[in-house]
Amino acid sequence: MSPRFKIGDRVCVRADDHEGHHRTPAYLKGKSGVVVKKFGAWRNPEELAYGKPGLPKQPLYMVKFEMDGVWAGNGTYAKRDTVTADLYEHWLEPDGDRQTGSGT
Amino acid sequence: MTHDDHGDEHHDHDHGHPHDHGPFQPDLKEPSEDWEFLEIALRELLIDKGVITAREVEDKIEEWDGKVPENGAKVVARAWLDPAFKKRLLADGNKAVAELGFEFPGLKLVVIENTSKVHNVIVCTLCSCYPRALLGLPPLWYKSREYRSRTVREPRAVLREFGTDLADSVEVRVVDSTADCRFLVLPRRPDGTDGWNEEHLAKLVTRDSMIGTALALTPQGERSS
Amino acid sequence: MTKRGVHDMGGDAAGPIDRHEHEPSLAERRIDAMMLLMRDQKRHLWLTDENRRTIESMAPGDYEAAGYYERWLHALRGLLVEKGVLTEAEISERLAAVRARYDAAEPTA
Repeated sequence: MSPRFKIGDRVCVRADDHEGHHRTPAYLKGKSGVVVKKFGAWRNPEELAYGKPGLPKQPLYMVKFEMDGVWAGNGTYAKRDTVTADLYEHWLEPDGDRQTGSGT
Repeated sequence: MTHDDHGDEHHDHDHGHPHDHGPFQPDLKEPSEDWEFLEIALRELLIDKGVITAREVEDKIEEWDGKVPENGAKVVARAWLDPAFKKRLLADGNKAVAELGFEFPGLKLVVIENTSKVHNVIVCTLCSCYPRALLGLPPLWYKSREYRSRTVREPRAVLREFGTDLADSVEVRVVDSTADCRFLVLPRRPDGTDGWNEEHLAKLVTRDSMIGTALALTPQGERSS
Repeated sequence: MTKRGVHDMGGDAAGPIDRHEHEPSLAERRIDAMMLLMRDQKRHLWLTDENRRTIESMAPGDYEAAGYYERWLHALRGLLVEKGVLTEAEISERLAAVRARYDAAEPTA
């Protein structure tokens, strides 16, 4: 399965609740960031955690978020500070307005 | 599957047969907590059933005792001295550390470089992911609620607690290890170390500098902020 | 805000970090070793993801009260039962025997 996003794309983390094991931290749900690295594709931990095969593999991305976009001033960071997380593709959506040209 | 398949002859005097879990290796400290008794009970049952052998547990402990931050320090010092190695290290951590004889199986080892502009610091908010296969077991604080909770929100305050005070012109980038990558920070080479050899440089590379909570030591071997 | 598990703590308020070094005890290193053995190529009884799932489903109070390796031990016990390697009855029985043995050896409570 070919990755949907490329480096530089703006993405938004799905703000969904998810019962059971998953690796998308709550503090990033609904937040918008930029794809900075691609890490290939991996079996889906949401299935692996229950003894299932976790296929098809999910593309994995390092997404970078501005601290201020995540915490809106409510934290101890400098203006240019950032946080990254590694997120599987099914948790990401194109960030409509500000997307920098992935396909059409 | 009860017999030892390590292929090492000295393992053959084995504890593999059922009901042989003695003599009990004395713990340094008598168990007193519930979980310590549980550890003993589970280990004995697994040995009795032939799922594991006492020797396998001991060998595994020994294997992991050999994984120490000094291994990472060697990798960092090599990268400081050899630009071609550094390039390979940043491109493919698993392959590059294998050149120095370190295995990093199953997960992707990603080495991220600290520069004058970006300072990376590693955390795992969801559990305690850490480049264990290279550095060994993580420090207790890395696994604590305090470190895991606060680092992504108040990185400057956390770094200050570690004695690391960075200018606002530097981007602090908190790297949350949420998936199949394990991160190792390549700290900046300290000024004043021109002409140093690998062994000498490696002594300046602390565990914390490879997590990103600290910088590498000064040439005098002191913490720098 | 979305619902989240007790383990999903990024951004929570918390106190100062205790930076004391701690040398893992023999019992802790044994737990670590057993976990690695359960997942190795020879046994392959479960995956890291299953460990995590088991730990994350601890009651929040238990999760908070437990030390790191206590959580691992909780996962080890749970998964050994789940995978049919051991039964709860066997574990309880052995646990009682181990306690009795140490009590007998060391009358000084």
